[in-house]
Amino acid sequence: MKLQMKNISQAKEGNKILNGVSIDLPKGCFFVLMGPTGCGKTSLLRIAGLLDKPESGTILLNGKVIPAKGKSLLKTRRRIATMFQSPVMFRGTVFSNIAWGLKIRGLEQNIINRRVEKIMEFTGLNGFAQRDASTLSGGEQRRTALARALVLEPELLILDEPTTSLDPTFKRDLLGRIKQIHSITGTTFMMATHDFTDALAVGTMGAVMRDGVVEQSGNMDDLLFKPENKFMASFTGVRNILPVEFKGSDAHSGRLTVRHSGVRSGHGFLAIPPEVIVLALSPSITSERNHFRGVVKSIHRNGINWDVVVIVSEVSLCVALTTGALNELAITQGSSVHLSFKASAVHLF
Amino acid sequence: MSHLLEAFSISLRMIVTGDPLVFSIALRTMLIASASTLVATILFVPLGCLIHFNSFKGKRFVVGFIQTMYSVPTVFVGMLVFLTVSRSGPLGFLGLLFSPSAIILGEIVLIAPIIIGLTVSALQGTGKKLEETATALGASKSTMILKVLSHAKYTMLTSVLMGFGRAVSEVGVAIMVGGNIAGYTRTLTTSIALGIGKGETASSIALGIILLFMAMVVSIIVNLLQHGGKK
Repeated sequence: MKLQMKNISQAKEGNKILNGVSIDLPKGCFFVLMGPTGCGKTSLLRIAGLLDKPESGTILLNGKVIPAKGKSLLKTRRRIATMFQSPVMFRGTVFSNIAWGLKIRGLEQNIINRRVEKIMEFTGLNGFAQRDASTLSGGEQRRTALARALVLEPELLILDEPTTSLDPTFKRDLLGRIKQIHSITGTTFMMATHDFTDALAVGTMGAVMRDGVVEQSGNMDDLLFKPENKFMASFTGVRNILPVEFKGSDAHSGRLTVRHSGVRSGHGFLAIPPEVIVLALSPSITSERNHFRGVVKSIHRNGINWDVVVIVSEVSLCVALTTGALNELAITQGSSVHLSFKASAVHLF
Repeated sequence: MSHLLEAFSISLRMIVTGDPLVFSIALRTMLIASASTLVATILFVPLGCLIHFNSFKGKRFVVGFIQTMYSVPTVFVGMLVFLTVSRSGPLGFLGLLFSPSAIILGEIVLIAPIIIGLTVSALQGTGKKLEETATALGASKSTMILKVLSHAKYTMLTSVLMGFGRAVSEVGVAIMVGGNIAGYTRTLTTSIALGIGKGETASSIALGIILLFMAMVVSIIVNLLQHGGKK
C-alpha cells in the first residue's frame, strides 16, 4: 500500500502536536518515523492507522482519499493493522488473541486455524498456542501482538515503538523478525522509534520529527550521512559539530580552517563524523584535503570502540578508534597526533 | 450479659428450626432487594455503558456527581420517594405508598448511582488501550464495545452486587415509604429497628445474623469475582 500524508495538523487540548506534516510511503517500503519523545510520532501513526482524524490535511491510500466515516472507513481501516507501544493482551490464550481479528472478519474456522498456525511459526510462537496470554513475558507479548497484526495480512503495518523497554536480546530478536517479515511479505511497514540504531537496523527510508514538524525525510543513508541541520546531525549521532564562517571551500571555526567540497559563504555549522577522521602518529601523504596536528586530551570507551578527543587549534575534535587501533598506536593523554579527513566527508548546514 | 447470651442462643434456635416469622421477613427482604437490583441493573448498567462509550460536554462533572451520590443518606432518598408517591405527589395516583413497590422504587433510586458509577469505573478499568487495540485490529464500534464488555463483565457484576448489598441493608427508605407493616412491608432492617425498640432482642439478633450472613455472602462473591476478573 502506498501512503501519502499531506499537510497533516493535529491539536490536543489546545496544543499543536502536528504542524503541517507531509510524508510519502512508497508501496513495500519500511518507513521509520524517528524523533525524541513527545515530537508527535505516535500522533502521526494514529492518524496513519485511521484511529484518529487529523484537524487538517489529507491522507491518500494508493492515491485515493480515505472515506470520512461509516462502513467504507471500516473497510479501509481493515487494510491497515497497528501494533501499539505497550500491547494489551485480550483475555484468553495466545491462539485466541491472534485469531480474534480474523474471527471478527467472519472467516471460517479452518482458514483461521491455518493462518494462525502459520503466523505463529513465522513469529517464533510455536508451542504457545494454548498459553494464557496474561502469563507471557514482555518479549512474548510483543511477538503475540505482532502475530495478531500480521495474521490479518494488512497492506500497511504500523508499529509504534515495538522494542521499547525490551532487554537487548529480545530487542535484537524482535527487530530481526520484523526485518525478515518485511522482506518476505513485501508489506508496507511504518514504525516509530526514538532510537536511531533501531531505525538503521530495519528501515529503508524514514523521517525525523521535532516538535510536530518533519526536520528531514528521505532514504536512511541520506538521513545518516547528509543531515540538513544541527538537530539532524546531533540526532543521527554526528559529533564534532562546529559553528563556522564559510568562505568558498573553507570553513573557519576560530583558528581552525576546515576544507569542504562545497562553495558557501556566511555563517553556519559543519559536522565531521568521528568515524571518518584518520588518526596517525606521523604526518602522512594522502589525497585528503584536511590535515591537522593536535594533542590528545582524553581517551574513553564508547561501546565497543574508543573516543579519542584531540585538541586542534583550540578546537576539540572527537575521533573514533577500535580497540585494536588504539593498542597499535599506543597513544595516551598528551600524545602528539596527526588527523586527516576528506573534504567530502564534512557535512555543512 | 447472661440475658444477651440467652437471646443469642434463642436466636440461633430460631434460625436452625426455621422460625416462620424470621424466615418470611428474610425472604421478603431478599425479594424486594433482588427486584430493585434487577430493575436498576436493566436500567442503569446500559446507562453506565452509554456514559463511558460516548464523549460529551460535562462528562467528567456527570461522573463526579454520580460518584458523590454513592453515599446519599437513605432517609433523604426515602423522603424524596415519599413526596413522590404520597397521595399529593406526582405518582400519588398509583397508590404505591406503604407497599413493597414503594420500597423497590426507593431502593432503585438509592442504588442507581452505585450501579452507574461502578459500571463506568469497571469499563474505565479495562483501559483505553483495550478499546484501541480492538479498533486497530479492525473492530467496528459495536464489536469493540462487546470486547470491552467481555473484559469488564466480572467487575460490572461486582457493581450489581454492591448495589444489592446497599439495597438489602438500607433502613431509611423501607421505613419511610414501606411503613414497616407486619407481613407486608416489614424487612430485616426495619424489623430489627422495631424489635430492639420493643425489647424483642432474640428475634432481632436472629434477623441481624441473617442480614450479616447475606452481606457476607455478597462480599465473598464480590471478592471471588474481582479475583476471577484479574485472571
